Amino acid sequence: MKELSLNILDITENSVKAGATLTEILIDETDNLLTIKIKDNGCGMNEETVKSVVDPFYTTRTTRKVGLGVPLIKLAAEQTGGKFSIESSVDEINHGTLITAEFVKGHIDFTPLGDIVSTITTLIQGHPDTDFKFVHNKNGAAVSLMTTEIRDVLGDVPLNTYDVIKWIEDYLFEQYNEIH
Amino acid sequence: MKSLAELQAIKDKMKDKVVLREGSGDIRVVVGMATCGIAAGARPVLNAFVEGVNAEGLSEKVSVSQTGCIGICQFEPVVEVFEAGKEKVTYVKMTAEKAKEVVEKHLKGGNVISEYTIAASKL
Ligand SMILES: Nc1ncnc2c1ncn2[C@@H]1O[C@H](COP(=O)(O)OP(=O)(O)O)[C@@H](O)[C@H]1O
Repeated sequence: MKELSLNILDITENSVKAGATLTEILIDETDNLLTIKIKDNGCGMNEETVKSVVDPFYTTRTTRKVGLGVPLIKLAAEQTGGKFSIESSVDEINHGTLITAEFVKGHIDFTPLGDIVSTITTLIQGHPDTDFKFVHNKNGAAVSLMTTEIRDVLGDVPLNTYDVIKWIEDYLFEQYNEIH
Repeated sequence: MKSLAELQAIKDKMKDKVVLREGSGDIRVVVGMATCGIAAGARPVLNAFVEGVNAEGLSEKVSVSQTGCIGICQFEPVVEVFEAGKEKVTYVKMTAEKAKEVVEKHLKGGNVISEYTIAASKL
């Protein structure tokens, strides 16, 4: 992937597919580290599935199609000298998945975050009925968005209404301008 | 600064309009957004459709949605256009520029751009 924001889009699509009603995208950035956390309350995965999702060559008795989304973000993190971890639970009440990827920004193989605003608006455009929480902490300042707050105001107007998507885009851009 | 009050204004404006739910238009544009599609550039293609449909005033008629893997990764970004009573059109190796053209000529003008379809790329 050319930008980490595309990896984020890809991973978050999995969360939505897993039936998550809330997916949190949390980015923590300091001078030398960028940490991405994607946390969902979807169906979760058992241990075997987690293994096969992380390692596409790990085979289980039941041959099932696994994609390359998770291995790609893991590789992108590890090739900068960063870390990757995944926790998942299929517990009846506390089901969900947390993916953490840490990147060393100064490393030559670090891929820039890129157009994260476009990733957020794309997610909301495609999944107007599920909720997203986005927080990007950068050296003490933060950019954030919660679709639940937007939904409270909009009532039954869908979040993928063009004007709403534009509002969200501007809202995020303005916040980024303030912290830069 | 943008405020939630502006959202209220959008809501009030929408009251007079027919609220368009995903897939309720006459024409459905579906963009493949699995790993292969995203890596190949599906995000700007999707956004070009969203922008183009709005700019051409087609929002009442055309809905733009996303799907997972369409199963032809070598042709990504892939876009399918569904229209009642017509055969599905599959556009392949899309770019934002091609998407703009599809909005104008196909979605607005009613003419399929055959050279961008999968049929043309298989020849
Ligand atoms: N957050 C998640 N919650 C539940 N299942 C997941 C999650 N992420 C991945 N999976 C499972 O792993 C599979 C492979 O994911 P991925 O490697 O991204 O491939 P793809 O997006 O092509 O399906 C998914 O189809 C799903 O079964």
